Amino acid sequence: MAETAKHYRNKLGLWGWLGGGRYGLERYAYALHRLTGLGILFYFILHIFVTGSRLGGAQRWGTAMGFFENNLFKFGEYLVYAAFAYHALNGIRLGLTELGFLMGKPTRPLFPYRSAVMRQRPVLIVVMVLAAVLIIAGGVDLFE
Amino acid sequence: MSEALTKVTYEVLRYTPGVDAKPRMQSYEVPAPKGLTVLDGLLWIKENLDPTLSWRSSCRMGVCGSCAMFINGLPRLACANQVAHLGGTRVVVKPLPNYAIIRDLVPDLEPFFAKHAAIKPWLIRKNLEELNHPTGEYFQSQKELINYIQFAYCIKCGACLSACPTVATDDSYLGPQALAQAWRYIADSRDEGAAERAEEVFSGHGAFRCHFAGACSQVCPKGVDPAFAIQLMKQFMFMQKLGACKEKHGTEVAPPVENWTPREGIPKAPEPSV
Amino acid sequence: MRESTLWFWHILAGAVILVLLGLHMAIMHLDEILGLYMDPTGWESVIARSQQGFFMVTYILLLGAALYHGLYGLRTILFELNLRKGTQKLITWFFLIGGLFLFVYGTYVAIAIYQLKEVAS
Repeated sequence: MAETAKHYRNKLGLWGWLGGGRYGLERYAYALHRLTGLGILFYFILHIFVTGSRLGGAQRWGTAMGFFENNLFKFGEYLVYAAFAYHALNGIRLGLTELGFLMGKPTRPLFPYRSAVMRQRPVLIVVMVLAAVLIIAGGVDLFE
Repeated sequence: MSEALTKVTYEVLRYTPGVDAKPRMQSYEVPAPKGLTVLDGLLWIKENLDPTLSWRSSCRMGVCGSCAMFINGLPRLACANQVAHLGGTRVVVKPLPNYAIIRDLVPDLEPFFAKHAAIKPWLIRKNLEELNHPTGEYFQSQKELINYIQFAYCIKCGACLSACPTVATDDSYLGPQALAQAWRYIADSRDEGAAERAEEVFSGHGAFRCHFAGACSQVCPKGVDPAFAIQLMKQFMFMQKLGACKEKHGTEVAPPVENWTPREGIPKAPEPSV
Repeated sequence: MRESTLWFWHILAGAVILVLLGLHMAIMHLDEILGLYMDPTGWESVIARSQQGFFMVTYILLLGAALYHGLYGLRTILFELNLRKGTQKLITWFFLIGGLFLFVYGTYVAIAIYQLKEVAS
């Protein structure tokens, strides 16, 4: 039988980054980490140029800041702050676990299996709670 | 899970190459006696309703890895999951995502096996003569065994690559299975092939494309925990980079036992014929 | 440069950013709670910090670390999209040159404002 019949490409593609199944918290933490990272990078590149205006003295600086005085930008900057709070704290967790820490030692796999991912789950919870605290704290600043 | 089910509805992905332009779903009503596994239901469909339904299965007891499929939102072994434990009366069965579909529920595992082969999944020793014509066994303590044994339980079912978000987009990423197996050998105290595997494993499409989403370990049916293996491997690379970890020498060959006598009444072994 | 080296610096840069950007965020976004600088985006506050040695140095450090960390992260994301070898090389060079340009520009601003004796008000 000719094997020329084409296989059907079944890659999840970019949707696979966001979901693709009923997976655990860490997989969504990864997606959020990427999203926040991109958001911060985008803001940062613009930020370099905007803050560069301080070289032009108080006048230039005042003009630049005046452009961003409205509520939309203020909220946008708060989102960048929130994104950083999450990205940094989750980044601490990733930096440590990707270097092999916080997950204990290899064992014999005895059913019911408890993977290293589950062993470091409490760290993820702590990270999310701390991020929430920081985000709320920053929100106080937004409304004052 | 509390009431006994009498009937469930299977929604199965169907795709016939050359006939279907794209996959479609087909429903079947399947009687569900107590203990019915997803695989049992598929076999019932094939025997009673639709003989054209295709899938891979073999041992039906969770050790061969043939029947991995995407069942009710997760990659699982069809033989190791009872329909009653899935919750509800719908059983949605699709082939493993991130693999090309050959037909119905049959994924194309060729790239998967190629990635596995690329990391050289065999013991590498400098002394090839000893490896190919062994004079004795290599020493290995219980402690050294525990370092890698959980990663050796892989049955190559392919579920982990379905769960991995990087595999979803990147065709050249080695994937959790190959990387976990690379670690299984690097961590093996008898192995001396860390340097030889490093080029593939620490390349642009190796361990550094893992971002610890952990889904692979979540879905592994044998508790291999590939995510853990990959992070341990990154630690190993990091330690080597800092110079904190010297070049590993494989364990020695056990010398032949001297001066031993068999117990009374034990018959002599037959002469080796090979 | 090998991928393992690039990844190693990515983690290190992340640690540097954690400290420095954390401080920056505390100054900018937590002024109601922590009160480190009142009205941190106002000209007085900005010029005061810009002319302190500590801030000049740490801003430059933060700029370098953040540009490396961010651009390597974006490169990683793009490289997982099945790009051809040629495209990959192009992206690496584009990020390297673009990143260097941004770093030089930001460093120039930081040093220039630090050295400015008379600041136009």
